[in-house]
Amino acid sequence: MISGAERRYAAVSGGLVGAVALVILVLALIVGTAEGVQYTLDSLAYGSLFAVMALGLALLFNVMGLMNFAYGELIMAGAYVMYFTRSWGWLGMMLMTILIVTILSLLMELIAFRPVRNASPAVLLVTSFAVSYAIQQLAWTDVFGLAHRFDSTIGTGIQKGVEPYPWLTTQFNVGGVLISRLEIATWIVTAVLLLGLTLLLKKTTLGIQLRASTEDFRMAQLTGVRANWVIASAFAITGVLAGAVSILYILRTGAVAPDIGQGPLFVAFVGGVIGGLGSLSGAALGGFVLGAIINALSATLPITLKSHTQLFAFLIVIGILVFVPNGLVSVRASAFSRVWRRVRRIAPAEEPT
Amino acid sequence: MLRLTDVSVHYGRIAAVNHLSLEVNKEELIGLVGHNGAGKSTTLWAITGVLKPSSGQIDFEGRSLVGVSPDAILRRGIALVPENRRIFGRLSVGENLQIGTSGRRDRRAAHADIKAMCERFPVLGAYYDRPGSKLSGGEQQQLAIARALLARPRLLLLDEPTLGLAPLIVDQVFEILQELKQEGVTILLVEQNAARTIEVADRTYVMRSGGQIQFHGTADELSRIGDFETAYIGLGETA
Repeated sequence: MISGAERRYAAVSGGLVGAVALVILVLALIVGTAEGVQYTLDSLAYGSLFAVMALGLALLFNVMGLMNFAYGELIMAGAYVMYFTRSWGWLGMMLMTILIVTILSLLMELIAFRPVRNASPAVLLVTSFAVSYAIQQLAWTDVFGLAHRFDSTIGTGIQKGVEPYPWLTTQFNVGGVLISRLEIATWIVTAVLLLGLTLLLKKTTLGIQLRASTEDFRMAQLTGVRANWVIASAFAITGVLAGAVSILYILRTGAVAPDIGQGPLFVAFVGGVIGGLGSLSGAALGGFVLGAIINALSATLPITLKSHTQLFAFLIVIGILVFVPNGLVSVRASAFSRVWRRVRRIAPAEEPT
Repeated sequence: MLRLTDVSVHYGRIAAVNHLSLEVNKEELIGLVGHNGAGKSTTLWAITGVLKPSSGQIDFEGRSLVGVSPDAILRRGIALVPENRRIFGRLSVGENLQIGTSGRRDRRAAHADIKAMCERFPVLGAYYDRPGSKLSGGEQQQLAIARALLARPRLLLLDEPTLGLAPLIVDQVFEILQELKQEGVTILLVEQNAARTIEVADRTYVMRSGGQIQFHGTADELSRIGDFETAYIGLGETA
């Protein structure tokens, strides 16, 4: 008999395949097969980034009811670390970025969120805004002359903070489709991160404790799960994910700025909501779908409408939320379970009483 | 073993528990009965550190529990089987049992205990990989008790373990409690089913609305308090 967890994973996998198939179909119809495949691959890479980001947001949301809007500042911090360590070589730069962002994430938990852990959701939300605002303002205060360098309003204009590595960003032609190593690296890294996190959640004691905490944090504590340990672990995981996203995101654009994390955060947050923030896999799916939609729209909209990409993307978001207000995964899971029950003809006696 | 002295717990300005004192000695099964809203569950939440008493003292084996976190209290030897079971529905039965050993360091012994628990409650072994949400109410109750026992507690707290269960299953739960008592597990049992609780308990505390103890005694002592049923609903003379 199939379990609820297996049904959910099957639903998420089905959702991902469906979303990708839909994107390919729409793009192929609009721009022709070769270009459709091109845009689909681009959208896959771009959407993957937001899947990872949304996963980080959903993890904290489920473990401690915190919607961490300071997550964007972790991306920004990652961008600055990359700027300072850009001469260390790509491996040193990446390791240091992930390390520093993870430490910053843990410091956020220790200094800002631990004291208000048992406060109301409103207090947690305001605290996350305060942390976000404080870190961003620190960056705007021209510490190390960075704002002067990267803020076009007071300095010499937006400059490339981290020059893209040509060997990474140069595209090569595969059957008429242009692919860069960065794109391939993005698919691989996000797949490894998602797989690694899945294994961690399913196969390790910490993972089981995290999943129990996401379901009923108080009860997890009452069974002996250490609150400090499990929450700090969630922040550490979030930090690693944010560090990885920083690297992949900044390597695409090279831009470094105090507000660099705000845009991605917003997309990941909204993506998480449309996927269903109550479910880690749902949030990842939502982040992926929204990221892919934005990328596909920016590639396919007529030049006169390109500046309105976000407008069209969020109109689609509103449309999704109207039809599936609880998020994509919960609806897909229930639809899937209905179909499965019909196929297997599971007797009502096997249902919980 | 456990002593509550003059404990009060407030929700805002409302006192849910009011100057309550009770004592549980080693290897006793103590009942705590009373109507809905009498403050029974609040008392358990205060013992387990979820709620902080506004006044009074809670001591376990001579050490204060006030201000100690729930996970640390579990590690000190007090486990709770909460009202409505609160098993982790998305986790498998096996994972629920594994979570029950979170407070322990002896991983090998914990693993052996999980096996032993599956033999004691065969249904848990049979449904080991099934999500907790797919178990029936009675099966979930067995899982909740097994999960708590896996912490090897010196004191087991049970909050309305028969709530919402069919009469046959209620009998099974009371049988399990009697078995645990015979094994020497110290138990504080919160129940609305006063008659059954008094029957199995060494002593029973009767709470009245307002969070105070109205009566306290053995089954014999309570039976001598006039019309107990009348007293139980709060109209009798205090003992």
